[in-house]
Amino acid sequence: MTEQIIEKIETMEKKHENEKRQREKEYLKSSVSIKIYRANKAAGESPHYDRVEVPVQRWTTVLDALLYAKAYKDPSIGIRYSCRMASCGSCGMKINGIPRLACYTKVSELQGSEITVEPLANFPHIRDLVTDFSQFFAHHRNVEPYIQNEHADIGENNNLTEFMQTPEDVDKYLQFSYCIKCGLCYSACPTVATDTKFPGPQALSQAYRYFIDNRDTGAKKRLELVDDRHGIWRCHFAGSCSSVCPKGVDPALGIQLMRGHLLGYAKNEKKMAELKERLKKDN
Amino acid sequence: MEANKTHMAMLRESQIMKIHYITAIGALFVVAVHILMRVAIMPYGMSLEYENVIANYQSIPYIVLLESILVLVSIHGFNGMRVILLELRQSKRWEDGVTVLTIAAMIALIAYGTRTIIIANGLGVE
Amino acid sequence: MERETADRNNREGMKGWLNPGRYGWERVSYWLQRLTGVGLLAYFIAHIYETSNITGGPALWEAFLELTQSSLGHIILILVIGMCVFHSANGIRLIFAHGGKGLGKPGRPDYPYDAVSLNYRQKSGIWIALILTLVAMLYGASVLFGGE
Repeated sequence: MTEQIIEKIETMEKKHENEKRQREKEYLKSSVSIKIYRANKAAGESPHYDRVEVPVQRWTTVLDALLYAKAYKDPSIGIRYSCRMASCGSCGMKINGIPRLACYTKVSELQGSEITVEPLANFPHIRDLVTDFSQFFAHHRNVEPYIQNEHADIGENNNLTEFMQTPEDVDKYLQFSYCIKCGLCYSACPTVATDTKFPGPQALSQAYRYFIDNRDTGAKKRLELVDDRHGIWRCHFAGSCSSVCPKGVDPALGIQLMRGHLLGYAKNEKKMAELKERLKKDN
Repeated sequence: MEANKTHMAMLRESQIMKIHYITAIGALFVVAVHILMRVAIMPYGMSLEYENVIANYQSIPYIVLLESILVLVSIHGFNGMRVILLELRQSKRWEDGVTVLTIAAMIALIAYGTRTIIIANGLGVE
Repeated sequence: MERETADRNNREGMKGWLNPGRYGWERVSYWLQRLTGVGLLAYFIAHIYETSNITGGPALWEAFLELTQSSLGHIILILVIGMCVFHSANGIRLIFAHGGKGLGKPGRPDYPYDAVSLNYRQKSGIWIALILTLVAMLYGASVLFGGE
């Protein structure tokens, strides 16, 4: 598996070698113009764009460029960031029209001499590049994103040590647990663009993450939660969520797999697992 | 999402969508047969002449085919329209209105098409 | 959270449905599926009305045929053929994809974090639908304009 990935990376790098060399030459001693969306409705400031010239190197990320602009050009730029290593999900924004993490996007990988930076779409706007995540988190809370297991109370069950889980069991949900709640998928989704009640790809894929976890016994309840007029059925597999996800969560996959359970494509798998568990207990 | 279940729900959304997928597959077959009948039996232009069309309406299997197309395509199409409209706005009034209107439009179209079939069938007998 | 008053602030709205090219083929196919669906529904309603003129006798029927068997009528019909074929072929792909079939299995993502669900099976399905659409439209044009 690792060799395959290394091979893949080497092929990709060879493919882009010439392009990279060209860009490296351009970026070694150059600057880039950043067009930053500025707005502060609370203070009566109407939306406009500010252009800032920022020096860049081969490794400069959009976040580096924005922080340079904030430090040396205009300290009033509103920006949210934290870890600077694609781990916290705070610096999500629209970069050249596509939702990306600013810390994970190098200036050198963007086309054009001007970079346009805007706040994430589909989130209520606070100021400049900062948006309000409360709706997003509320959708997440609504899918009950925690293990539900009536046998999990240590106080009731003295013999309880741990819930057994094989590596295969873990693989079923692991990638969905990598979600950093950056909101890029929510911003890219065409249904979220118009439907305020749609939970969004993040919440739905987290519903699947807990649904398929064999430690969770709330499967029926989770299916009922998403089986709604504005629930899982309003996903049309446009795939934009998966194409922008920086962590390989692939929320579209989780949603379709969950829908498979609702449609009866994959009903037997979970039922078989539950039957096996019951037989083990009886024996 | 439980708060959303204040709308009138005769069918669960999963049941509606299963119907949507089944009508899709059904419609595919019946529409394919319908198109083949227009191009494979006789030249296309000739198949559209009044006498030939009326003759079609005398065949019971053909009438059943047309009625199937009407029902399957109407259900699939208007449900699709309902989905698109539901995604555009989310007030209770809008959602209930969209549901009622799409069902009404579906019934109206099926009724109008069935009327054509019955009358055309009668015309051939004369 | 009160759903009915959910904040629409900064949602892209229907503009979010435009410019599907920025996210790849799957987004384009979503956009085309929607467009063709609405187009086909409109054609279906018009077709039910048009064919109802058979009940008005030969004169009315011929009059309507003159309207629909014109060059413009043929072009519209060719577009309808294209819409029908794309919507059907892509729809079949979606019926499988919506159940998680043909999307690959979840695993342990690693750099470059490519999404398993946006694989070449799905892209090929979309391209095949587009090719079938083109072929069907060409065939339709040959029948309608070629006078077969």
